[in-house]
Amino acid sequence: MEQRRLFKGKRTRTPVGDAIVRLSGVSKRYAGGTLALNDVSFEVRAGEFFSLLGPSGCGKTTLLRILAGFEEPDSGRVEIAGADARGLPPYRRPVNMVFQNYALFPHMNVFANVAFGLRMKQVPEDELRQRVAWALELVDIEQLAQRRPHELSGGQRQRVALARALVNEPEVLLLDEPLGALDYKLRKQLQVELMNLQEELGITFVYVTHDQEEALVMSDRIAVMRAGRIEQLDFPEAIYERPATAFVAQFLGTSNLIQAAYAGERLLQTPLGKLRVARPVKIGERYLISIRPEKIRLSREPIHHENTVRVRVDDIIYTGAENQYLLEAAGTELVAYTLNSDIQEPGFEEFDYDEYVYAHLPAENLVVIDEPA
Amino acid sequence: MNRPSWRRLLATVAPGAFWLVVFSLLPTLLILYASFLQRGPHGWLSGPLTLANYARFFGISSSGFDPLYLNILGRSFLLGVVTTVAVVLLGYPFAFFIARSRHKNLLLLLVVLPFWTNFLIRVYAWIVIFQRRGVINAFLSYLHLPTLHLYPSWTAVYVGTIYTYLPFLILPLYASVEKVDWTLLEAAYDLGAGRVRGFWHAVFPQTLPGLVAGVLLVFIPALGTFVISDLLGAGKAILIGNVIQQQFGGSRDWAFGSAAAFVLMALVLLGLWLYARRAGESGMGELL
Amino acid sequence: MSGRRLLTLHGVLVLLFLYLPIAVIVVLSFNASKYGVQWHGFTLKWYAALLGHARIHGYVTNSLIIATSSTLIATILGTLLALGIHRYRFFGRGGLLFLLYVPVVIPDIVMGVSLLLFFAWAQNYLRALHLGLGTVIVAHVTFQIAYVTLVVKSRLAGLDPSLEEAAADLGATSWRRFWKVTFPLVWPGIAAAALLAFTLSLDDFVITFFTAGPGSTTLPIYIYSSVKRGVTPEVHAVSTLMILVTTLALLGVQRASNRR
Repeated sequence: MEQRRLFKGKRTRTPVGDAIVRLSGVSKRYAGGTLALNDVSFEVRAGEFFSLLGPSGCGKTTLLRILAGFEEPDSGRVEIAGADARGLPPYRRPVNMVFQNYALFPHMNVFANVAFGLRMKQVPEDELRQRVAWALELVDIEQLAQRRPHELSGGQRQRVALARALVNEPEVLLLDEPLGALDYKLRKQLQVELMNLQEELGITFVYVTHDQEEALVMSDRIAVMRAGRIEQLDFPEAIYERPATAFVAQFLGTSNLIQAAYAGERLLQTPLGKLRVARPVKIGERYLISIRPEKIRLSREPIHHENTVRVRVDDIIYTGAENQYLLEAAGTELVAYTLNSDIQEPGFEEFDYDEYVYAHLPAENLVVIDEPA
Repeated sequence: MNRPSWRRLLATVAPGAFWLVVFSLLPTLLILYASFLQRGPHGWLSGPLTLANYARFFGISSSGFDPLYLNILGRSFLLGVVTTVAVVLLGYPFAFFIARSRHKNLLLLLVVLPFWTNFLIRVYAWIVIFQRRGVINAFLSYLHLPTLHLYPSWTAVYVGTIYTYLPFLILPLYASVEKVDWTLLEAAYDLGAGRVRGFWHAVFPQTLPGLVAGVLLVFIPALGTFVISDLLGAGKAILIGNVIQQQFGGSRDWAFGSAAAFVLMALVLLGLWLYARRAGESGMGELL
Repeated sequence: MSGRRLLTLHGVLVLLFLYLPIAVIVVLSFNASKYGVQWHGFTLKWYAALLGHARIHGYVTNSLIIATSSTLIATILGTLLALGIHRYRFFGRGGLLFLLYVPVVIPDIVMGVSLLLFFAWAQNYLRALHLGLGTVIVAHVTFQIAYVTLVVKSRLAGLDPSLEEAAADLGATSWRRFWKVTFPLVWPGIAAAALLAFTLSLDDFVITFFTAGPGSTTLPIYIYSSVKRGVTPEVHAVSTLMILVTTLALLGVQRASNRR
């Protein structure tokens, strides 16, 4: 990442790549007894787009609220920009938040909303005007400065919320499902804008979402959370291609999960027969094999003799861009996608209901997951 | 929710809480205490503690059972029940009339206006209507019909009470009726319910919170009224409220008056407690 | 007849019932006859008589003094109470809520006599709180606090909690959060509560009846004693004026809330 373009070319304090947020052993239990966070540790690097992804109730929002200072962890240590955040109230933390419902002040116009943080810091009026103008321009809403929040569309409110946080030039911007309330097209458009903005400004984003596609598209790194723990923390490609747990495999996209047990050094016994895999496996251990539907190759004649299963076409779902086949073999169901392209690749075929076809499961695409005892 | 610092609690809750404890809780406890005292010299209270006031109220004495005050309490209860039923019959359809009208705001204003008009004026108006040479009798004699004796009478008391508390039912009820989700009624029709059963199962339950709040707002003050019976009954219609007022006024037996007041309050609080157990804090909020 | 028409007919009858008494009073206030309801021609003489009636001016003044001062005290105490109850969980919160509902739900007469007893006791043993304007104001504040607190509390409950969090996140300390965000948003609720408290005070008869002393007669007390003694036509005029004031106030409130 090169030049940062904050207001008047200023720079955030932490050098790119260093840890700007550091959590170690953070736990939080709510009054009702639910464990919202269970011994969570990770680092966010300065300048990265970091996503917390998981289903509702997984603790991702609690984590964000702990970073913002709205909640205190029961145990563990939180560091933000090199300083211990314990006991630091929200108004003294170098972070700002974009709320899920935007939380715009209804009694103030857009300008006053965006200026609020600067006024609290008693920024001189001249500089304040310039900085608000800069922030409004940044998110392309200069012309809305005098409007009240209730006169704005959802997408416009979203932009105001963003400007209101960014104008303070936080070390870390916290975003709590900021696009959740918007319709699909607007969401897509704002995803791109948010990414560009983050790259341009170089501000660290910590982004909470339950939308796996959003996380995959936008993030530099993703932490997948479940039941107060981090299941996997990695680059988006790695998380998609090499899910570490069955939960991650199923939460991100669709996965075929196949029970498996040792049958040889790189060979597993499954209900579909023996499958060769890319990594060594151990005697006595139980495994799950995960394969993405688009990685399964279907054909009328067997192309390979290894990792090929004869299956019956149970159902065909046409979704426009692709055909989804529900397949059945030996009581096990598989899902396979084939692209619906005009320029058909060699070997492209379409299949019919109840037809018996060959499904090739390439060894390099089989992810072997250790199944906990 | 924060764990408050003592300073903040002191600054927010303490003054109001202090006021309520001194001027609401303490007087209530005093009533309870006074109800076990006796009438002293110069009309003030004196000891020793006794159950005589309650015995007198419930009609238990050495000379046998005398249900004088229990009858009066019964009459108040009857007034409360009849008023509530009448007000529901008048007000329930009316709330729907407002909700389905094109002139909602105007109609609402027309209900609110009598609600805020001074209660004495509204009661007094019925004297003008009912008295010997009042509106009704003037109308009757204009038609050469015999005149009626309507004031003072129990009829006048009942009409006046119903009139006074009708808006108390309509306003909270309307708040519920306005929020009714009519698609539920359509769903009920769609599932084969007739008009009556459709209404009963799909609409009535939605109006229940407002109805219950309204009923309480009518029943409790009707039970305790002394002004309406005093004015429209002209001293002949005695209710529990009149008993209390007389003991604290003319007859000056504050101890007995306290016992009567405490019985009335205990009845109301018992009823509310039963209601609150079902509805919780939010349900009590509906009362406003 | 269709259900719709039946509903309309019922509605019209209820409206007639609601407005017949009010119409009677208003019409009679312009009737030249001193007794009975026979129409003896239009006159404004009862209104003119009111202007010269110094005692009635005193009652109006008393009513206004009581309503203004009690509303001021109750609005401040009630708003603070609502804030504390809304924000904090503390020992005795449930009991306090119960105490708040007591003045709203117990019959007026019970509250009136218990305050009378309390004031008499204070007078006997503490040589304080002699019945008069002061005791009426105290009594009014006591029931007004409950209404103010409950109205403001429900307004606070309707407030999005993330607004305060957003203000904290943007650097506002709790003091500034209150004045910059919470107060401006709750303000309409406080104003509505104050208006309600003011009207309740002006309108109150029962509690005033028991807690008023010599020199603290209010307008409702005057109307009551006039009715007891046999009415003079001035009461019709006073009542009509009160109905007029209520109507204007209600129209004002409605216009203000429509503009919002």
